[in-house]
Amino acid sequence: MKLNGARILLECLKLEGVDTVFGYPGGTVINLYDELFSFKDIRHILPRHEQAGVHAADGYARATGKVGVAIATSGPGATNTITGIATAYMDSIPLVIITGQVPTGLIGNDAFQEVDIIGITRPCTKHSFLVKDVKDLATIVKKAFYIARSGRPGPVLIDFPKDVQIAMTEFAYPESVDIRGYKPTVEGHPRQIEKAVTMILASKKPVIYVGGGVVLANGADDLTALARKLGAPVTTTLMGLGSFPENDPLSLGLLGMHGTYCANMAVTNCDLLLAVGARFDDRVTGKIATFAPDAKIIHVDVDPTSIKKNVRVDLPIVGDVKGVLARMLKVVGEQAARVNDFVKDLAPWRDEIEDWRSKYPISYKQSTSVIKPQFVIQKLRELSDPDAIVATDVGQHQMWTAQFFQFNKPRTLLSSGGLGTMGYGLPAAMGAQAAFPKRQVMVICGDGGFQMNMQEIATLVQNRLPVKIAILNNNFLGMVRQWQELFFDKRYSQTCMELPIDFVKLAEAFGAKGLRATKPGDVETVIKEGFATPGPVLMEFKIAREEKVLPMVPAGASLNEMVLNA
Amino acid sequence: MQHTITVLVENEFGVLSRVAGLFSGRGFNIDSLSVAPTNEETLSRMTIVTRGDEQILEQISKQLNKLIDVIKVIDFTDGSAIEREMALIKVSAEDDSRAEVLRIVDIFRAKIVDVTPKSYTIEATGVPAKIDAILELIRPLGLKELVRTGPVAIGRGAKGWKG
Repeated sequence: MKLNGARILLECLKLEGVDTVFGYPGGTVINLYDELFSFKDIRHILPRHEQAGVHAADGYARATGKVGVAIATSGPGATNTITGIATAYMDSIPLVIITGQVPTGLIGNDAFQEVDIIGITRPCTKHSFLVKDVKDLATIVKKAFYIARSGRPGPVLIDFPKDVQIAMTEFAYPESVDIRGYKPTVEGHPRQIEKAVTMILASKKPVIYVGGGVVLANGADDLTALARKLGAPVTTTLMGLGSFPENDPLSLGLLGMHGTYCANMAVTNCDLLLAVGARFDDRVTGKIATFAPDAKIIHVDVDPTSIKKNVRVDLPIVGDVKGVLARMLKVVGEQAARVNDFVKDLAPWRDEIEDWRSKYPISYKQSTSVIKPQFVIQKLRELSDPDAIVATDVGQHQMWTAQFFQFNKPRTLLSSGGLGTMGYGLPAAMGAQAAFPKRQVMVICGDGGFQMNMQEIATLVQNRLPVKIAILNNNFLGMVRQWQELFFDKRYSQTCMELPIDFVKLAEAFGAKGLRATKPGDVETVIKEGFATPGPVLMEFKIAREEKVLPMVPAGASLNEMVLNA
Repeated sequence: MQHTITVLVENEFGVLSRVAGLFSGRGFNIDSLSVAPTNEETLSRMTIVTRGDEQILEQISKQLNKLIDVIKVIDFTDGSAIEREMALIKVSAEDDSRAEVLRIVDIFRAKIVDVTPKSYTIEATGVPAKIDAILELIRPLGLKELVRTGPVAIGRGAKGWKG
């Protein structure tokens, strides 16, 4: 039977297992939306801004591990998606973005709402397609999903002209696709893996450094098993949080700019660094020349371009992180006696680490008069479900969440690590809640980032998505203010949000519940009431205005040059 | 260090901008770039001359390979490829210099492909260094216009790129 392009796209999405899409209608997708009107197998959520739609698809993808899907119209709809796409690209999140386009005959004519979205998004997509012929549509969608989710995942854009949505053809969905220029290396080289194990067992001061790749590859269990078998300490990046339980004694917590003292000291002093699914970002390494100076570095990553991009590597292993970890575990298992000796010999290293840990644990000074943000985060952890999903925005609250929340399960933290996108948190939480209606989903944000996408409370209320919003309100763009305090002589240029907004009334205006805590004694009451109230709830915490995120490695300094008190 | 890299790509619209954008976006240099279809109609072949230290050249190859439309990347190390470039050179040729230009053309086994009473247009082919050399001799005689293709390269020996 012949179907039109719009219907074919929806059938393809269904066959890819898509149950929810986030989209915004407009002139060049009106035919697609007309088909959607009677297509009951896909839930469509209408955000209040296309950027939020893409962040929601991203939050959905991070929480589930599936490909997130977003739709926007041509021109301004398409350009509004860019921050969302770039956010997903930097953190390797699998998305398929469908944008409407003017009819093929008008492309290039500066038609109404025309923009070269393929050109604009080229540097922030894994790949993109312009559908010029409806006969190619099904294959393009198949390829798009395959590219988005395989290898190092990432966003793929399909530009879908209006006339192609109307054109009819026979629908047949290909079972598989073969792309001759795209053959990601999945299986790690067995000899390299054996060599890696030999190198690890020859070390005296190993550290495992874990990035978001472990979460993306669903490799958390294998990683945890390997670390425990080796008795080796584990530090994670922001993106890696949750891939190793932070309540395990081997966990060093976060490393890098706002990492723990013990993690940064351990990395600086280790003799072997096993990097897994991490990319040696500048926020992690500090000054490259003094990063893990005495260590042999083993780097496991599915993307060959990540290897030797920023740091020297002694042993590269290209392959799917989960598979490589599983194979390492097997090789380790085959030499039980040697491993036992190795674990015993690590005792002095573990002692050294415990010294660092007890010397400067992650801490803050509690107050009886003013709410400390770290206290709010500890209370949120204490009073939430163990499998609660937490989205953050970007800034101080994000780092406090990373330091104090304690993540023990993968895919429970949704945060924009690479691009550092303010405004990400609320829509990402919305996407995660759409995927898991029964799980507790919260967003922890600052007053600055919250205001960048606060219109999405409307989407939460309309779609009965009971996201709990915790705003740590210091009336500052806090992280920039912190830099201005430390490095710019307290010249707070444009970081004070002068207008005191009544966030409780704002929530109520959208039809959500609003709560406020102004002193430490309110915190627990507000969180308990917020969590117990059905539907979306906004909880505002008036926090200590000039609290800083510490420790801090100043930009460009070495990891062991941490500012501990300032 | 200058390197000549051959890139086999899908013969589709937009591929050139993906390759060029990769170089500009990551701050890699392009000294020259030439593109044309090959004997297989779905394939185009690019020859890119670029420069950088070992780490940058490794990144260039890896990043090119990462593009979905790139089918194969060959980084020719010294001597492993035949390289040829063509130049069309318009030179003033009046009175005394007419004979001199012809002598230079003869020495370099180049060709005159267009003649006017006041000028010659020369077609010269060879390794880039040979083109540089002929230009050095032509320049003082009144070089009016120049176009170079940038080198194209093919591996030495019996094997094709597919092995």
